[in-house]
Amino acid sequence: MSSTAAPRRTALDALHRSLGATMTDFAGWDMPLRYGSERDEHLAVRTKAGLFDLSHMGEITVTGPEAAALLNYALVGNIASVGVGRARYTMICRADGGILDDLIVYRLADTEYMVVANASNAQIVLDSLVERAEGFDAVVRDDRDAYALLAVQGPESPGILASLTDADLDGLKYYAGLPGTVAGVPALIARTGYTGEDGFELFVAPGDAEKLWEALTEAGAPAGLIPCGLSCRDTLRLEAGMPLYGHELSTSLTPFDAGLGRVVKFEKDGDFVGRTALTAAAERAAAQPPRVLVGLVAEGRRVPRAGYSVVADGQVIGEITSGAPSPTLGRPIAMAYVDAAHSAPGTAGVGVDIRGSHEPYEVVALPFYKRRK
Amino acid sequence: MSNHPENLRYSKEHEWLTAAADGVATVGITEFAANALGDVVYAQLPEVGTTVTAGESCGELESTKSVSDLYAPVTGEVVEINTAVMDEPALVNSEPFDGGWLFKVRITDEPGDLLSADEYTAFTAG
Repeated sequence: MSSTAAPRRTALDALHRSLGATMTDFAGWDMPLRYGSERDEHLAVRTKAGLFDLSHMGEITVTGPEAAALLNYALVGNIASVGVGRARYTMICRADGGILDDLIVYRLADTEYMVVANASNAQIVLDSLVERAEGFDAVVRDDRDAYALLAVQGPESPGILASLTDADLDGLKYYAGLPGTVAGVPALIARTGYTGEDGFELFVAPGDAEKLWEALTEAGAPAGLIPCGLSCRDTLRLEAGMPLYGHELSTSLTPFDAGLGRVVKFEKDGDFVGRTALTAAAERAAAQPPRVLVGLVAEGRRVPRAGYSVVADGQVIGEITSGAPSPTLGRPIAMAYVDAAHSAPGTAGVGVDIRGSHEPYEVVALPFYKRRK
Repeated sequence: MSNHPENLRYSKEHEWLTAAADGVATVGITEFAANALGDVVYAQLPEVGTTVTAGESCGELESTKSVSDLYAPVTGEVVEINTAVMDEPALVNSEPFDGGWLFKVRITDEPGDLLSADEYTAFTAG
């Protein structure tokens, strides 16, 4: 990682600064952490709407007659079965089954896909796809600089977006995407997100980003839309039980270890990178469950942080991967990998070692929060 | 950006301290510190009757992203804590110099390096 280089700035950088954002270095990008209170931003997304700059995410375009075959080989999902205009949550693994990244793949046309990687892994994903493309009649293109990404999330987001576009939003299902025009700006409109709410992600040319941001701000303000930073994005995804690479996911875990074995499609045609190792991992997980990803809810008010030990009877039985005060629950929450014997919801006697003191926690099923549809 | 009241003194760990009345001073954290922390969600304050030592941790403040030590700006006995902040930690953000005060201390010793408002403004600008 080129962590010594100056952080990259998104097309909206000047706008964030004019809004008084607190900025943070995230995966080599200078990104808004929050504009005001992160709790207010979190609650705006839960109850009204929030506007995010996610331009750090890494877009990679795959085209060609064998684009589908390449992605079926390179990724663990059945990408060939994704319909045009639809999207799929999937993963890219190493030959040993370790997770390199979790991805969203959009099928833009019969022979054109867009792969969206986490900023921290975008280069690795790009390099892996290029390497795995050898022998396929397909082209892998680095489109990280071709797009700015804005997200409008929250229950008011369909109404806000509808006021700025003629696109058929009612016909746009969850995990679908279509090209359109928003506020006069050409955009790929996707009904995806990372907040647990209904919402949209808008991929646009960087030169159009400011115009779109300002149009969304103006159209959304009456409905309560406010700009939102990465801090609340993290608490929103945590409440929704969504994994974050580097926390719940890593190269030392297979999708089965992370409780996400369902993304691995053994039934698809042909070989794929990791098939042998993942077959073994699936059998291991079925026979002798490894640690299990669970939710923890604090009985007290001290907040568990990533890396803290989960304890029972004075023994370490697991480790926190993400933790934060939950604005929705009003209590600290966490995700943790714990020994299977202690993973059932309601398991008694589980605590978290918070700087030497064992604080009681309740084991719960994920997610912590699910929106009413 | 932050406005530092002239009548307070400041530590380099971003606590403020009132002038002592009958030997007792009120302590809080500055707006600069509160902004840096983000929303405070939990305050663990020193207990009444305990002795705190200048420059040493005497409690902690939890925010969304992190936990930070609360340092005592002076040495002395804690005579009162702000129970309102324990119930509503957001007061540290909304009224850092006022309703968000943290504890009162009967000063027995104070370090020589407490800052004036102007000095603290220069310190945080640097």
